[in-house]
Amino acid sequence: MIEFITGPLSHPFFAHALLASTGIAAACGLASYFLVLRAQVFTADALSHVAFTGAMAALAFGVDLRLGLFATTIAIAVLMGSLGRRGLADDVVIGNVFAWILGLGVLFLAIYTADRSTANGSAGITVLFGSIFGISGSAAMIAAVIGIGVCLLLVVIARPLLFSTLDPDVAGARRVPVRLLGLVFLALVGASAAEASQVVGALMLLGLLAAPGATALRLTSRPYPAIGLSLLIGVLDAWIGLALSYAIPVLPPSFTIVGVATVAYAAAFAGTAVRNAMADSRQRAPRPAATIEV
Amino acid sequence: MILADAVVGPSWNLLADIQELWSFPFMVNAFRAGAIVAVAAATMGWFMVLRRQSFAGHTLATVGFPGASGATLLGLSTTAGYFGFCVAAAIVIAAIPRAGRASGAHESAATGIVQAFALGLGFLFVALYKGFLSGIDALLFGTFLGVTSTQVVVLFGVTIAVLVVLAVIGRPLLFASVDPVVAAARGVPVRVLSVVFLVLLGVAVAEASQITGSLLVFALLVMPAATAQALTARPVLGLVLSVLIGVAVTWLGLGVAYYSIYPIGFYVTTFAFAAFAASRLVRLGGRNRQSRRRDAATAVPA
Amino acid sequence: MGQTDTAAVPSTAQDPAATSVPAGSGPAGEPVISVHNGSVRLGGRELWHGVELTVGPGDFVAVLGPNGIGKSTLIKVILGLLPPAGGEVLVLGSRPGRRNHRIGYLPQRRSFDASLRIRGVDVVRLGLDGDRWGLPLPVPTRFSPRKAAATARIAEVVELVGASAYAHRPIGELSGGEQQRLLIAQALVRRPAVLLLDEPLDSLDLPNQAAVAALISRISRQEQVSVLMVAHDVNPILPYLDQVLYLARGGAACGTPAAVITTETLSGLYDTPVEVVRTSDGRLVVVGQPEAPALHVDRHRPAVGGDNHDLG
Repeated sequence: MIEFITGPLSHPFFAHALLASTGIAAACGLASYFLVLRAQVFTADALSHVAFTGAMAALAFGVDLRLGLFATTIAIAVLMGSLGRRGLADDVVIGNVFAWILGLGVLFLAIYTADRSTANGSAGITVLFGSIFGISGSAAMIAAVIGIGVCLLLVVIARPLLFSTLDPDVAGARRVPVRLLGLVFLALVGASAAEASQVVGALMLLGLLAAPGATALRLTSRPYPAIGLSLLIGVLDAWIGLALSYAIPVLPPSFTIVGVATVAYAAAFAGTAVRNAMADSRQRAPRPAATIEV
Repeated sequence: MILADAVVGPSWNLLADIQELWSFPFMVNAFRAGAIVAVAAATMGWFMVLRRQSFAGHTLATVGFPGASGATLLGLSTTAGYFGFCVAAAIVIAAIPRAGRASGAHESAATGIVQAFALGLGFLFVALYKGFLSGIDALLFGTFLGVTSTQVVVLFGVTIAVLVVLAVIGRPLLFASVDPVVAAARGVPVRVLSVVFLVLLGVAVAEASQITGSLLVFALLVMPAATAQALTARPVLGLVLSVLIGVAVTWLGLGVAYYSIYPIGFYVTTFAFAAFAASRLVRLGGRNRQSRRRDAATAVPA
Repeated sequence: MGQTDTAAVPSTAQDPAATSVPAGSGPAGEPVISVHNGSVRLGGRELWHGVELTVGPGDFVAVLGPNGIGKSTLIKVILGLLPPAGGEVLVLGSRPGRRNHRIGYLPQRRSFDASLRIRGVDVVRLGLDGDRWGLPLPVPTRFSPRKAAATARIAEVVELVGASAYAHRPIGELSGGEQQRLLIAQALVRRPAVLLLDEPLDSLDLPNQAAVAALISRISRQEQVSVLMVAHDVNPILPYLDQVLYLARGGAACGTPAAVITTETLSGLYDTPVEVVRTSDGRLVVVGQPEAPALHVDRHRPAVGGDNHDLG
């Protein structure tokens, strides 16, 4: 049993992957609860494509990859937030902007592969689909630190953000900076997206940015436990995914992580559907006056 | 994807350039295929934008990637893979229960999860099929090279089929998209129509993906349609405009990409985005003029 | 106006939010809201002017008037979200916006998305502590007196609005009337001195309108909360009203319902003959009210012609 755990951890590549993905998955899990609640999954989808373009631009112009990723995702996140009312952008505008940004990504990919003789031919693929097992020790450390930082900031703004999501008018009257919170939140999502594209790749970000929150929202309607659950599900998705990929090497880790996240969501979906059906069949009897407990 | 070996530089004599482009059978096929998919994508895209289903459309687009890579893995034709996966995904998305409003939070989360999983599956297929990595770019970002005449015929047939079905359901679909509650009260089968629409969208996307790649097909879906809707509120004119813009940006992209070392996908999205941005500006200008005119009119008591 | 801390409903627990608030004290009867010669401009156009309003502790006041006249704007002015163009506005003895922690606000609202999976009590709880940074610590209630107090206060307001039976269900699944009751509980949870309600009866069916109106009146008396309520239809709340503020293009009138909703006053306000008819069951109907296309084609259009007379 002990060997079962220490075996993989004795490989530095696995330990690094575990460290990085824990921090990143925690940040994404936390962000995903709010993304789903605020109906901003499409924005997150757009950001995942922006991450690809940012990384390709950095490669094409010889800048640090991480710098390109963070600068573009955060900048575009704030741009999309400021285009719409209350930090929620219009669906059509998002669609157009990110389709074009993806086109730019293709251009940078072409510049990179054409201009650099030393170029790693599969760099574009790496950015798109992730390569968590290739992460270095220092990069893993940075990823974990950034993940924890994003988590802390999200925890600090969590309650007013929840308030301004559910009840923007009342929150505004109570001097909660509704619009600013929306922008800060999107910037944090941008940072999470930039980090997460190293784990599951730019294309599969939604596996980490939508699934944990949606699963948690299925399982409980109490917001604060749901926030914790969302974080936990994100981290567990990453751990189980990594373990699976280690055990069955033919499965790439980004696939297993996203696959586990999908299965978890599907299970929660099916479970609650069954529960609701049973509750319905029990003839919606008037419930006893519940004692209020928060 | 890059027509680098063909770069000779245009003569800037438009007629001569077009003649030169069309002297290559592969370019003729590319122009034909481009026009065909642009028509299908722009028409379906117009309804997609109207119904605020961009996210579902984008998800269907990305699903083509596992379809094609899975088909390659199994040794089937990629065409079958594209159609099979896109239509299947359309049915899955249509099965997600819609709770009241169009963009329910849970619906979009479920759509996003379908998308992430599909892309993960695609990557798995690529990983399983070793030595296929060089083709992955074409699957994602498209290729206008090597479109065969048979393919053009197949694309043409599918587009006609899509347009015929759309012509039949067009009016009730418009009604159901604009005002679902009233439409349902008038006996329009709103729910069935939304399933049929998504399947149709899946077919159109599968078709277009074979040329544009899974990631860029979304540009052809959303951009011409959004541009047309910014310019006019009239349905028929909007559809026509959407198709015209779609074909124009595709052909322009093809023509420019032929003389450039950079990929077609970049040019098509850039031209389309420029059109969209311009249409937004035109509408903004129009609105300002209108309100000025109204102010002038109200200044004089009637 | 020290009425908040001497609420009629006995409260065993000390409300954490209320303790941080300096207890507003003053001689009983000092106005909670006073507007003197108030006017407001929105987008360069004057919406209303000459508003005189005094709301005392425990008063139930309705704001009436045609669509687009700026009833909700008055609420925004009182909340300090919009500056008045002229006149003097005092809320709880200070400038608007200074005492918002003692105001319960219920905006004119859409209902919650049917798929929203957040419980009713959680929405109520946000009214108590939603503006605090950070997350609540997961300490069991019996170890944290503050949390116990919050829990007790939430249970109390939920009971007060009669929502205990469904407060623990996701709010998206509740009916419009049930949601409205929970939102009133949210506005009440910090023991406000004033409730600002913007069309709370809108989109409710008739029995629910009557029930919610009775509930608001009961709360106003029990808790000594002043209520300023924007209403489209005065009839459901007519029996409970202390005062009516009627806004019109020509100016504003304030007084008891019997004094304001009369043929003479409204005709003067509108500068057109208007007739107030009382039906056999006691309902009021305003006939000939110029809400017709002539004046309301476009609420953003500058006022045309001579409907800008002062009242009186």
